[in-house]
Amino acid sequence: MRNRFRPSVIVSVAIVTVLVLTGTVTTGQSPTYKAPRTTDGKPNLNGVWQALNEAYWDIETHPAAPGSVTALGAAGAIPPGPGLVEGGLLPYQPAAAEQKKKNFENRLTLDPEIKCYLPGVPRANYMPYPFQIIQTPKYIMMVYTFARAVRTIYMDDHKEAPADSWMGWSNGRWEGETLVVDTTGFNGQAWFDRAGNFHSDALHVVERFTATSPDHLLYEATIEDKNVFTRPWKISMPIYRRLERNAQIMDFRCVEFAEDLIYGHLRKPSGK
Amino acid sequence: MNHRFLVVGSGLIVLVALMWSATIPVAGQARAYRAPRTPDGQPDLQGFWTNTTYTPLQRPKEITKEFYTREEALEILKTSAVLESEQTEPGTIPDVHYDFTQFGLDRNQGGLALNLRTSLIFDPPNGQLPPMTAEGQKRTAARAEARKRMGRPTDAVQNQSLSVRCILMDRAGPPMLPGAYNNNYQIVQAPGYVMILVEMIHEPRIIPIDGRAHLPQHVRSLTGNPTGRWEGETLVVETTNFTDKTGFQGSSENMRLTERFTRVAEDRILYQFTIDDPATWTRPWSAELPMQKTIGPIFEHACHEGNRGLYNTLAGARAEDKKAAEDAARKSSSQ
Repeated sequence: MRNRFRPSVIVSVAIVTVLVLTGTVTTGQSPTYKAPRTTDGKPNLNGVWQALNEAYWDIETHPAAPGSVTALGAAGAIPPGPGLVEGGLLPYQPAAAEQKKKNFENRLTLDPEIKCYLPGVPRANYMPYPFQIIQTPKYIMMVYTFARAVRTIYMDDHKEAPADSWMGWSNGRWEGETLVVDTTGFNGQAWFDRAGNFHSDALHVVERFTATSPDHLLYEATIEDKNVFTRPWKISMPIYRRLERNAQIMDFRCVEFAEDLIYGHLRKPSGK
Repeated sequence: MNHRFLVVGSGLIVLVALMWSATIPVAGQARAYRAPRTPDGQPDLQGFWTNTTYTPLQRPKEITKEFYTREEALEILKTSAVLESEQTEPGTIPDVHYDFTQFGLDRNQGGLALNLRTSLIFDPPNGQLPPMTAEGQKRTAARAEARKRMGRPTDAVQNQSLSVRCILMDRAGPPMLPGAYNNNYQIVQAPGYVMILVEMIHEPRIIPIDGRAHLPQHVRSLTGNPTGRWEGETLVVETTNFTDKTGFQGSSENMRLTERFTRVAEDRILYQFTIDDPATWTRPWSAELPMQKTIGPIFEHACHEGNRGLYNTLAGARAEDKKAAEDAARKSSSQ
């Protein structure tokens, strides 16, 4: 019996491997696509953009799962997703894998998103809200809907992060068609997603934004964190242009929506 | 003490040097300066700017003129800077919390444009807010009444001001007025957009310059909905769709704000704004102040994320409540 099944097992493992590998590397782009140019001759990435996937729940490959707020029922369930990670799973060090588990179990109290904290990088890029790129030769601004987070990408004034921050310190450069952004200087308090995937302040993210059509960007990132992972790992996804005529970044000032959660227990009981 | 005076002293030298080299914008003055152009032909306002000032919004009652002399202005700046840096008593709790030799140095040490105006308001010419309408007075009284009914600021987070809650600093606007620190702005321009990054609580103002209409009236936000256009050398930004939560100087949610940004020198933008709110004031009013070129970059201001002060204020109040209740119980049981 065993012998009979072995070849088919090997074949299916191979198929799954191929699927996983090709599935996480975005296809559909034409390698010869050349984006329209800005006046300084660089690929023009200006626009309102948004990722469309389930990674905001979990960047790893994951099945559907129940949510943790009973009142939300199916609307609060975790939708299944192929994830963004090359190979499907993150290469955690053993202690970090334990921490990730704890994070997941306690996500209602620990997830910085719930408290309206700045989302960090790369998380800001695949939250389910639009962000806008405002591109100039010296500075490329990325303005995110959630928490009104802002990244300034310094194109010609590269320096080391002057201090740690939520969104990190981003130095950018052009490599042909691709905007390469090298970000360090994180404070280590942000997460990758709602599932508790996390990093330390040693996080180093190198992102690549490449236009693959007038309305698509290929987003790729290499992520290193020697305190948390055994090796660098990669994510990729398409990012789509929001084509609505009135596409824009609207005000999502979320602090007031998180205040009862953070400070509610410190309210003076009524009648006292 | 010695250290403190040393820091303030060197700050003043920087301040004075900057002021002497600065030109003074005056409303209505003929402007020979023409801003450099962006590649698509717009006046170039890009860079890092500060609107730090000691000039009050309204003219102090004892001042009757519109402008100081240069000597008077310099003297006022000097006195203000010294007073500000000395305002806490060394060794006291306020000094530890707000040591102005370590914190909030923007005004008394940073680049500051000399402004000869005695008030930021230049219209009405008396430098004062115009009289409030009956409706405006009624609303102001109702707001004060509602605040009283809320209870003490320490009773609930929602009783605290928006600035304490890191939602919006009182003077971050719009209109963009400076406070004691973080009065820095980065302007970038891309085709169809001007973006102003306000340092205070990392407030990005994305201003479309494409002729689009404002959002529908029912879609409101604390900072309103801006649209922009160019009028010659000037960027004009119209903002509507405010809420009644900010109440700028007592304004209503239907306030219409018009801001005008004009680069009047290589190192200076003249920032003017007009508030048109017939539900609050008997006439529109206008103010202006310079934005002086400063050095970047602007660092992330994660205000809410680090708001331990708010948490501790509320937790402290509940601890006091608990102690008061225990004291009262002890007193009644010993009787």
